[in-house]
Amino acid sequence: MTTNLPPSASSQDASKPLWRATLMRPETMTLVLLVAAIIVGSLLSRFFDSLSFILESATYYSEFSIVALVLTLVIISGEIDLSPAAMMALSACLFGSAFQAGVPIGLAMVISIVSGVVMGAFNGFMVLWLRLPSLMVTIGTLTMYRGLAQILAGDRSISKFPTWFVGVDYRELYGVPIPVLIFIFASIVLAVVLGTTILGRQIYQIGTSEVAARYAGIKVRRIKFMLFVSMGVVSAICGLIATSRLASVRYDLASGGELQMVLIVMLGGTYIFGGRGTILGTFIASWLLVIIATGMTVADIPVTYQLTVMGLLLIVSIISTNLIYSRNQA
Amino acid sequence: MTIIALLRRREAGIIVMIVIFSLFVGVLQPRFLTSETLRIVLLAVPLVMIAAMGEMMVIVARHVDLSIGSILGFSSIVAGMLWRDHPGLPVLLGVVAALATGSALGLVNGLVVTIFRLPSIIVTLGTLSLYRGLLFFYSDSRQVDPQYIPRDIIGMSQTSPIFGIPWIIIVACVIALATYFFLDHTRLGRQIYAIGSNPTAAPLRGIRAAPVTILVFVISGALAGVAGVLYASRFGYVNPGITGVGFEFTVIAPIVIGGVSINGGVGSVGGTALGVLLLGAVSVALPVLGVSGFWQNAIYGAVILFALVIDRSVRQGGLKGLLARDAA
Amino acid sequence: MSASTQSIGGQSAADRAILLSARGITKQFAGVEVLRDVDLDLYAGEIHALLGENGAGKSTFAKIVAGVHRPSRGVLLLNNARIEVLSPLAAQKLGITLIHQEPISFPDLSISENLALGRDDGKPLGRVRWAELKREANSLMAQLGIMIDVTRPMRGLSIADQQMVEIARALASESKLIIMDEPTAPLTPKEVETLFGISRQLRNEGRSIVFISHRLEEVRALCDRVTIFRDGNKIATEETKNLTDAEIIRLMIGREVKGYIPKHKTTVGEVALAVEGLTLPGRFENISFEIRKGEIVGLGGLVGAGRTDVARAIFGVAPAASGTIAVNGQVVEIREPADAVAQGLAFVPEDRAVAGIFRTLPVSQNITAAVPEMIAPKGFIRHGLERTIALDSVKKMMIRLVSPRQPIGELSGGNQQKAILARWLLTDPKILILDEPTRGVDIGVKAEFYEMIGALAASGRAILLISSELPELLALSDRVLVMSEGQLTGDFARGDATEESVMHAAVPRRKVVGDAQAAA
Repeated sequence: MTTNLPPSASSQDASKPLWRATLMRPETMTLVLLVAAIIVGSLLSRFFDSLSFILESATYYSEFSIVALVLTLVIISGEIDLSPAAMMALSACLFGSAFQAGVPIGLAMVISIVSGVVMGAFNGFMVLWLRLPSLMVTIGTLTMYRGLAQILAGDRSISKFPTWFVGVDYRELYGVPIPVLIFIFASIVLAVVLGTTILGRQIYQIGTSEVAARYAGIKVRRIKFMLFVSMGVVSAICGLIATSRLASVRYDLASGGELQMVLIVMLGGTYIFGGRGTILGTFIASWLLVIIATGMTVADIPVTYQLTVMGLLLIVSIISTNLIYSRNQA
Repeated sequence: MTIIALLRRREAGIIVMIVIFSLFVGVLQPRFLTSETLRIVLLAVPLVMIAAMGEMMVIVARHVDLSIGSILGFSSIVAGMLWRDHPGLPVLLGVVAALATGSALGLVNGLVVTIFRLPSIIVTLGTLSLYRGLLFFYSDSRQVDPQYIPRDIIGMSQTSPIFGIPWIIIVACVIALATYFFLDHTRLGRQIYAIGSNPTAAPLRGIRAAPVTILVFVISGALAGVAGVLYASRFGYVNPGITGVGFEFTVIAPIVIGGVSINGGVGSVGGTALGVLLLGAVSVALPVLGVSGFWQNAIYGAVILFALVIDRSVRQGGLKGLLARDAA
Repeated sequence: MSASTQSIGGQSAADRAILLSARGITKQFAGVEVLRDVDLDLYAGEIHALLGENGAGKSTFAKIVAGVHRPSRGVLLLNNARIEVLSPLAAQKLGITLIHQEPISFPDLSISENLALGRDDGKPLGRVRWAELKREANSLMAQLGIMIDVTRPMRGLSIADQQMVEIARALASESKLIIMDEPTAPLTPKEVETLFGISRQLRNEGRSIVFISHRLEEVRALCDRVTIFRDGNKIATEETKNLTDAEIIRLMIGREVKGYIPKHKTTVGEVALAVEGLTLPGRFENISFEIRKGEIVGLGGLVGAGRTDVARAIFGVAPAASGTIAVNGQVVEIREPADAVAQGLAFVPEDRAVAGIFRTLPVSQNITAAVPEMIAPKGFIRHGLERTIALDSVKKMMIRLVSPRQPIGELSGGNQQKAILARWLLTDPKILILDEPTRGVDIGVKAEFYEMIGALAASGRAILLISSELPELLALSDRVLVMSEGQLTGDFARGDATEESVMHAAVPRRKVVGDAQAAA
């Protein structure tokens, strides 16, 4: 057996050949799918030849993609948050109502971010201090936050924001729309955090075995709480981006978005039971979803029909990621 | 402590809550306390009641089915299109089709959850979307208009075989009683509680957890299918983009307030039924009080969270134990 | 007392009907033999005790008979017919019931329902006759002399009552063989008497009972024969009346010390850890002791005596309700493990698979888990540095592996344990708590551990060593504390601690004699 070998290990550096280990990673599967989607897309429509077209389409999905990045960390740590879309809606409605009530727009933005902190902290409190399962808690808060947004905004839509605030998706830097740029920037930052810092390392360790992490002196509760709060903050920021893009806000902003966010994370190969996953996977999956959704739109498939594909993709991706990991562990 | 003791007998607690709530609303708005209100409440709840019976079984078995809204919509559209496109066929065939559709979709949920051992919330979040999308495909995004809904079906919400009680209320009562008999008085029913109470021990007592779990999802789907038929009856149309949307929370909230534990193994049909009535009364009372219907979602969300906390504190032995440091 | 009902004279043993025979039962877990070639005959209508130290193999044997484990080799015969016990359910169908220490129950279901589940093979849609269930449950509980509302749920019942429900289940299922794994531990003397009465009654009906216990008085009062296990071997089967307590204890211990244990010199310094009046209700009570620098304090006792609970309390995993902990003379507050680590404590837990390793993560990450600042001086992990540190530990501890990038789950138990110890040594701890450090470790590797533990003490660290292996405990410790049922019951200096003295302090000996104490 392997354990009988001498400890001088420098000669050989992995128990499996590198190419096999890489090929067996769920992210590789996502990448292959992405390439396939691009090829199919360009065969079907010339639109796909143009990078700027893809970038423009990406702005529609950038908010969910950005939230999915943070959600990746949450899921790796062994928890889940199904409430971000509702947090986007409530924080955006707070922003809109405050602005409409005459609050200076800067302050209104601060209010919306603070509301994100409060909502995330509430989720964290319910899960970490009352020790309730995060799936159920965030199902509850998803309903409640959305409901509060509904109470706040009714069925009117709040608009008439100053021109400098709206249309963030039309602003570009080096030809890249600002929301997409934020997404790319956030991906890099979070990839660095998850991949190279102690915090990232400890997130994996907590997700692998929460008990062992606690015994090793890792402050499990503090880290998880921070992750829940980050979800709130990022959701609030994305709520503002969405408001700017749509130039108006309604209570049903980002409605059903939790499905897409979870889908992106799962499609990126993050393990539903925690401990495994990468920002790279989520990054690739975000683009995959953009290509698929845009492809369907270009092919004149109505948005309602796209639900089928989203739901199916979610189930298939959890099953396959699950199978890959359980096989690797055997 | 007395509050906890009272909540332990959840059914008693809910009855008290219903009475207090009705009196409260009645004082503010005397026209609430009329038999007409009662009639409205009773007409509003059968759909939720029927679906709640299935969802309740799923939760007792320590799972959750988030897809029932889409299943309801799908079953309803299948029945509606059958009635529309084949007016010559017996009306009952549509009902059978709705039942079969619901069962089949529930079967898919059950199979995926048990074969791959995945968390049911995530799986049914996926099928919630999947089924809704398929439903748009199947219906070609077209509504089934009122004129195609058979007279007999519409009549179920209006005509009555006995004492002026409309058919849909009777159907709901029969289903609730049948569920009660099944869960409380058959071996299979008790096995569902056993699985939810201690899944690892269930096989040691000869309980085959996988088939029973699948069956529970099938029943939940089938009952959502029945609710689909009643939807057509009550509202007189079926719309792929409206029918059953958000229905899962309307159903889960009364179940958890009715004392069904999200940790499985606990919950009664009586509690669930009372929970449905309580939230039904609330939803009828809101407009009477001049509160906008927008409050409904927030209330349902808060109710779910509140019920989670109560459930936890009952298990923890009082509210004091709730915040105690964990030991593991 | 019951000798008159028994007729197992020496010569008649051959005539007695044999209910169950075990032949050559051997069991390996992960390559380690925990049970070796056990032959055992159980007569119909006898109460048979299985005795032995922790890990001697008696529980494993019981679990094989009851279908919880499959034997690696060997056969079981029931009434002279070979049987394959594939599962606990299969065992039940054969009339063999195992009553676990932690009773299996469905906490949300009523007592009567717990009694009924799995016993009747009726149609799934058949009616549950509640009145009948209740009547049956009431009569069963009455037989056991217990007054309890059988319609209340199991949740909230004491372990003792849950155990009684399990026993009632076995009664109802007409089992021919009932195995009780330390059933009396949570019971009050009165309940013990009831249990014994029932057991005798069952024996007289011709059923057999296997009784696993540490309490010699109970064994003597109840059991017709005893079988003694040691290190996975069956040592002896004898009629109880032919053995004295001293003989039984000698048969249970007397195992040779395996592996070289260095005599380590004790140059004891000032007090490093002082624990005063530590109490966690239901687990341990009023525990006070000190450990000095350079001292190895052994903590002995039987499984369930509360040793691990004390260790977990000191390390902040499940803090005590009252009492103080002082490190280097300063009273400190330890509310979670992170606090303990900051105070210079380290803890190698007993349950390595759950609380020790990160199974799917690389060995290097497992080793550096407690010293983030060391591998990431500026917040970013320096992988080269981490690798150097990990390889250094690997070399020092002689951990056998292919690569530090290998998932730790692929290593053998001993090498996993070395990695966990290496993790803590990197924190340069002043106080080390080692909970069963050599469990599941090969004999050769054990010797390495002994040497390391000695060297750690010699370098001035204070060590609390919890071990169920008496020879190991005695050879390594400067002082041996013994716990029994949540209390400190012995404190021996190195010279005074013998296997007999420690065992005497560890064995609870009050229930039958009748020190009336309420069950936990």
